[in-house]
Amino acid sequence: MTDAIHIHVSINGNTVTDSVIPRMTLLDFLRYKAGMTGTHAGCEHGVCGACSVIFDGDPVRSCSLLAVQANGKSVMTVEGLSNADGTPGTLQEAFQDAHAMQCGYCIPGMLVSAHALLARNADPSLEDIKEAIGGNICRCTGYVQIIEAIQLAATRLREALK
Amino acid sequence: MKPAPFDYALATSIDEATSYLADGNGEAIVLAGGQTLMPMLSMRLARPELVIDINGVDELFGIEETDDSVIIKACTRQVTALHSEIVKSRVPLLHKAMHFVGHFQTRNRGTIGGSVAHSDPAAEIPLAALALDSEVELRNVNGSRRVAMADYVVGPLMTAREPDELLVAVHLPAIVPGVTTATSFHEVSERHGDFAVVAVAAHLTFDGAICTKAAVAFGGVDDTPVRIPEFETGLIGETLAYGVPDAALDLISDGINPGSDQHASANYRRRVARTLANRAVSEAAADARGGA
Repeated sequence: MTDAIHIHVSINGNTVTDSVIPRMTLLDFLRYKAGMTGTHAGCEHGVCGACSVIFDGDPVRSCSLLAVQANGKSVMTVEGLSNADGTPGTLQEAFQDAHAMQCGYCIPGMLVSAHALLARNADPSLEDIKEAIGGNICRCTGYVQIIEAIQLAATRLREALK
Repeated sequence: MKPAPFDYALATSIDEATSYLADGNGEAIVLAGGQTLMPMLSMRLARPELVIDINGVDELFGIEETDDSVIIKACTRQVTALHSEIVKSRVPLLHKAMHFVGHFQTRNRGTIGGSVAHSDPAAEIPLAALALDSEVELRNVNGSRRVAMADYVVGPLMTAREPDELLVAVHLPAIVPGVTTATSFHEVSERHGDFAVVAVAAHLTFDGAICTKAAVAFGGVDDTPVRIPEFETGLIGETLAYGVPDAALDLISDGINPGSDQHASANYRRRVARTLANRAVSEAAADARGGA
């Protein structure tokens, strides 16, 4: 068997260097090696979307990537969405204000998917939002408040640019 | 939900990947986008000794066109194919099918070659490839061969690929100027982007208002995506202006062999297959009339 492989990954702008065994997923690397427990482990087989992260600019499921595949790449997790002083960012605040969370388990993935949407579409339609979070499962909210939160964040982000 | 231990090799060329496969003695598996393989590893449905990562093989990325075909390299991301102008203009059936493939996060990683390599019986990309009479290009250390999609898929997640072969590209016949071609893709699934409960891909050629060639593939209704020759023959010579003749639709039920599972009963799948076939063929025929 291959010995541990040495990797360095940029996580929210900070480079994390560690050695991993080949079978370790990026999800487990983030949680257990980098200590970034904001990314949640849900189904661990590419269905629920709770583990979504931005990988080299695109949202992906971190359970469906090996940690070794992230060698030399940049990853943004839900922790990267907060302000520099650690307070919630605009998107996170909107989720709070719109009561988009019940148990909260799916929320890191929802936030990452919503962030990726708003980064490329400042004024998304209802259909755009549904499409963007179509790969994220929430078993509590019924999605309505999550959609409203994303609309609220989009409005606030547009206002901020005026 | 953690993969069993395996070795990992990052290939940087096709030759390197095929030599890893040759050395793997059937215990090696290729990792492209990982949207099927990673779940299979996590659920331990796959327990390879060696995982060969082909994401570093530059020559496996890209979409090329010739006079009569479009060649999609195996590691081309699904998101790239979805937004490709070449695919949209020259292989419109695949372009339409891509709208039903996966979710945002999965399309950013998932590949065209990976979907065809696994050939899930309910996956959209192999279904479109079958309706188009596409060919799969396979390579091992000794050389390459091309296999028709109809011969490539032999069972549920079972293909004609030998353990030492790497799927390097999918060759899709392209729209040819001067020929009226109409396509349509319809699907019923639980969530948009999930695997199909039933999907139908239709690719028809017309001379004036008359259908001269028909290819209709059905997904989610058998061990593999299927074509029903008798049904296709029943469309030829028709205008299809008032939908598909009942005599042709009646042939679908015997041409498929759907199972029952938690998503749908076999009977429901038969009825959906009939409805979607009628819808897809009628829509394609209407397109052909409008565009002719």
